[in-house]
Amino acid sequence: MIKVKINGQEQSWDGDPDLPLLWFLRDEAGLTGTKFGCGQALCGSCTVIVDKEAVRSCITSINDVAGREVTTIEGLHPNGDHPVQKAWRQVNVPQCGFCQAGQIMQAAALLMDNPKPSHDQIREAMSGNICRCGCYQRIENAVHLASTGV
Amino acid sequence: MNFIDNPGKLHGFEKTGFEKNIKIEKVSRRSILKGLGITGGFVLAAPVMSRQAFAYETGAGKMPHGVVVDPRVFVAVGPDGIVTILAHRSEMGTGVRTSLPLIVAEEMEADWSRVKVKQAHGDEVKFGNQDTDGSRSTRHYLIPMRQIGAAARTMLEQAAAKRWGVPATEVKAVNHEVVHSASGRKLGFGELAADAAKESMPSIEGLKLKDPKDFRYLGKGQVGIVDLHDITTGKALYGADVRLPGMKYAVIARPPVTGGKLVSFDPDTALKIPGVEKVMKVQGWPWPSKFQPLGGVAVIARNTGAAIKGRDALKLTWDDGANGKYDSVAYRKELEEASRKPGLVVRAEGDADAALKTADKVVVGEYYLPHLAHASMEPPVAVADVKGDKAEIWAPVQSPGGTREDVAKTLGIPEGNVTVNVTLLGGGFGRKSKCDFALEAALLSKELGAPVKVQWTREDDVHHDFLHTVSVERIEAGLDKSGKVIAWRHRSVAPTIASTFAAGAKHAAPFELGMGLVDMPFEIANISCENPEAAAFTRIGWFRSVSNIPRAFAVQSMVGEIAAATGRDQKETLLALIGSPRIVKPAVKDMWNYGEPQDSYPIDTARLRKVVELVAEKGEWGRQVPKGHGLGIAVHRSFVSYIATIVEVAVDDKGKLTVPRVDTAIDCGTYVNPERIASQIEGAAIMGLSLAKYGEISFKDGKVQQKNFDDFQVVRIDESPALTNVYIVPPGPDTPPSGVGEPGVPPFAPALMNAIFAATGKRIRSLPLGKQLEA
Repeated sequence: MIKVKINGQEQSWDGDPDLPLLWFLRDEAGLTGTKFGCGQALCGSCTVIVDKEAVRSCITSINDVAGREVTTIEGLHPNGDHPVQKAWRQVNVPQCGFCQAGQIMQAAALLMDNPKPSHDQIREAMSGNICRCGCYQRIENAVHLASTGV
Repeated sequence: MNFIDNPGKLHGFEKTGFEKNIKIEKVSRRSILKGLGITGGFVLAAPVMSRQAFAYETGAGKMPHGVVVDPRVFVAVGPDGIVTILAHRSEMGTGVRTSLPLIVAEEMEADWSRVKVKQAHGDEVKFGNQDTDGSRSTRHYLIPMRQIGAAARTMLEQAAAKRWGVPATEVKAVNHEVVHSASGRKLGFGELAADAAKESMPSIEGLKLKDPKDFRYLGKGQVGIVDLHDITTGKALYGADVRLPGMKYAVIARPPVTGGKLVSFDPDTALKIPGVEKVMKVQGWPWPSKFQPLGGVAVIARNTGAAIKGRDALKLTWDDGANGKYDSVAYRKELEEASRKPGLVVRAEGDADAALKTADKVVVGEYYLPHLAHASMEPPVAVADVKGDKAEIWAPVQSPGGTREDVAKTLGIPEGNVTVNVTLLGGGFGRKSKCDFALEAALLSKELGAPVKVQWTREDDVHHDFLHTVSVERIEAGLDKSGKVIAWRHRSVAPTIASTFAAGAKHAAPFELGMGLVDMPFEIANISCENPEAAAFTRIGWFRSVSNIPRAFAVQSMVGEIAAATGRDQKETLLALIGSPRIVKPAVKDMWNYGEPQDSYPIDTARLRKVVELVAEKGEWGRQVPKGHGLGIAVHRSFVSYIATIVEVAVDDKGKLTVPRVDTAIDCGTYVNPERIASQIEGAAIMGLSLAKYGEISFKDGKVQQKNFDDFQVVRIDESPALTNVYIVPPGPDTPPSGVGEPGVPPFAPALMNAIFAATGKRIRSLPLGKQLEA
């Protein structure tokens, strides 16, 4: 039996220990905010925070996070008012919105690690997250805004 | 800018779990009918727009099922004053789910913070055409949505006037209430809802539309999209997020070659994977079959992870069929050879052959653009629940009406027994106009007798897309001694989208010819446009801006080549080719013009010149740039909008490319939400840069050689333009609205290549750029 804390709640799994965390979250725990984009850690749509680190849940097995704390977009802030989320809304970042949960989780992890990133640091840290709609200019501006106070 | 910061009232999808949502949706469907009260549709025969009432006509009435203008279908007012407005087009990132309801709210004087948007099901008889493609939503629905809002407002005003016993001319709806200023009396929309429902539907022709100077929302760009809060909190509902009780998860192995067939399969290895429950065949249709499934083998599991693992473990034998020979390297040679010989003439003015022979100089450009995959961030996915002769679908589809039709045909049940629920689309770009993934889910659910979600992996998406065509565009421009272009021959060779509908189609359809080939606007005395034959060996489909990508690439690159050949400035060369301000009427039999009447949507070179001049002014054309940098410009009319782009590129001594700045000017006529226009154009620059730098799907032995974002790369944030500026041309008083979603894409790649030429002296004629600058 694998135990993992997701958004502060203890969850358990006694199925395939190799099941990617992404599918545990989406299909078993019903937390569909984390998205499937590539399955190979190439696009970042599935980004969640494990302890304090951004992790691609599509290539992380449920076993890898046993005993650890996973935060998904649903658990980032109780009212959805994390500075990154607020900045995202102020800048009107999303188009289709599908990649945005992953983008937001990546940005939140970046700011935990580096509260005042430069534009180049933002671009570097966010480069693993693809947005096919091309919201990059606004993503960069929103991360910057979140880091300077929303 | 101010944005609505109270999104609690704006959710289209309720927050409380999807099972509950289904119920809510059904209840509110009834309340919509009840809201303004009258069941039974009052549907105006399309087209509803008449010359007397409006300054322009559109092609909306010619779309399947035309336009429905009826507030009782689209608007409900609750006793609590909440106004519910139906969004009947699909949201894939353009903002249409906000923009169209916003038009209704504007015209009915509703307060946007008290408006709820609900997504309509697929039902074109009821809602009119729902095909969310062709950059048509605003241009076809601005006036109908205004009429719907005005009719609802009129009914509320009439109800208030009756209540007070005053003439209707003395009352006026203002910000969610009706006021009688003579007596100072007021009634909220909620208080009037029941009475308004009993009012007769006003005649469309007699409706009084608001004076645009009184607009509170339209054209202002201060309203955020309705799904903004849900998107940023993970609550927004996409196709893959639908969960039904007892639902099974399916992943399918499809024939690796288009038209291939399953010979045999061994399910045992898959069945050993924990969580896998069943392995079953999926019905396939022979190619081409429009949007019918390819067939294959499905692995059914308790979650998607197990289904993927099971699918990958399957042992399969395929018969590749006739398309197993498709090879992109060989096919390119065929296209190039075809482009060097005369082909079907699709536009002829003057005598291009003769003029090319007598020209002082002939500039020749042969351009190659490979297949592209859509690669929307959300791979195709659908949920189906088929019970007996009834089917319910939840899917991210651009064409909910078409999906309903195709599901009914595929299952052999009446269309009325099919419900298509439209979720948000995690990107579409034309891919999700084809509902094959929903048909797969329907077939599997029918056979399993349980709800099924079919999830495509990224590899499935890249391997089995309806691809953007591959093309060779060859242009020969004949110049006289003064450098003036006197002859233009453009041969466009590419497999046609028609080949997905009919076997053996080898010539472009009128709608493809009309995307930048025969509607070419230059003022040249001798023009020949030709379309040699090209056979298809895979599924070809619409990709954001479609044939405009290769045509604009060729035409606008050729402008740069002519500028170089004559030693002139790119922008001056471009303006000289566009010529005098005039209406262009090409000598073409089936002029498509994006389905719009040429009277209201002519090819207007004054507008084309204007966007060039505007972008040149704002984008500081001719500015000094550092060494290794270059500026390029391109303009293109598509989806009846006019767009010009300037790209600044920097190429370092190793051939590495960066884009410091992009400037784009768009004239899309009357507009609704300039903030979303800017986002579309910003995004188009990224898509343009992606296809220019990396975009290539290639075939060997009939199989797609790419598989995921590692070998089908798209632009990431660290290589995106440092700055993208968007300038919107203010519309004239009666300028009809035109496309926004697609037209930003075509001019980007040629502007980039013209910039690369300015920076390096290298002319790139073959996409993608890849390592060509590193040589």
